[in-house]
Amino acid sequence: MATKSKGNMEKTESIETKKKLNVLIVDDDPLNLKLHERIIKMIGGISQTAKNGEEAVILHRDGGASFDLILMDKEMPERDGVSTTKKLREMKVKSMIVGVTSLADQEEERRAFMEAGLNHCLAKPLTKAKILPLINHLIDA
Amino acid sequence: MDTLIAQLQKQFRDYTISLYHQGFLDDQFTELKKMQDEFSPDFVAELVTLFFEDCEKLISNMARALDQTGNVDFKLVGSSVHQLKGSSSSVGAKRVKGLCVVFKECCDSQNYEGCVRCLQQVDVEYKSLKAKLQDLFNLEQQIVQAGGRIPQVDI
Repeated sequence: MATKSKGNMEKTESIETKKKLNVLIVDDDPLNLKLHERIIKMIGGISQTAKNGEEAVILHRDGGASFDLILMDKEMPERDGVSTTKKLREMKVKSMIVGVTSLADQEEERRAFMEAGLNHCLAKPLTKAKILPLINHLIDA
Repeated sequence: MDTLIAQLQKQFRDYTISLYHQGFLDDQFTELKKMQDEFSPDFVAELVTLFFEDCEKLISNMARALDQTGNVDFKLVGSSVHQLKGSSSSVGAKRVKGLCVVFKECCDSQNYEGCVRCLQQVDVEYKSLKAKLQDLFNLEQQIVQAGGRIPQVDI
């Protein structure tokens, strides 16, 4: 499905984070990767993506990558969000890690995800309105 | 030309409103439209394209799993339904998302007939949405080609 509509669009309002963020988006769904990349760009950040938790771990281990924020999906093949978060914290990764969960997730699942080392958890779908105040709050904290 | 543009804009407005009122789309689609600008003019179209690719892949997975009559892996079907629910939620595909809720319940209770019925309904629903969004994007294109602006539609 494609459209060639160009121009004639109003420029989106750009309200940005207090600090320009370098963000890692970890998600196996290309749709969510695209959506979250767009949101991060709109709030003034730059982003890199990883298709699953294992890629995220490898990025930190091999590349010595450093991110201000990691958006971590929970359900992923190869290594899920809980396991990835635990591993990154074991590797002394100090980035803000925000878990991205489904509304259908049970309370105990969300709790287990938080206990793995998250700074916060948000439910999908992510929007600029959800993420911006949280990020600014976490920057201040 | 101005009359043509005005007519197309009215058609676009009316059609967009009807999609919300008939429950095809919800607020998340409105959020996606707000993320689109002159630097990313095809953002919504690209995102819904990914959604429909997800639909095809996941529906195919579910159909294959449900074909194993007498040995259906309901957890596998449920996992695909969960993913589809997530995708539909991300693009504002309200009816598809609603069907996924019912579908997941059928998976959880291992209701085979219910699952088969839901699969058929999901298949019909996503194809219907795909056709309607294509019509919407075509209208946008016509407006732009006629030299007009795509109107902001308040729902």
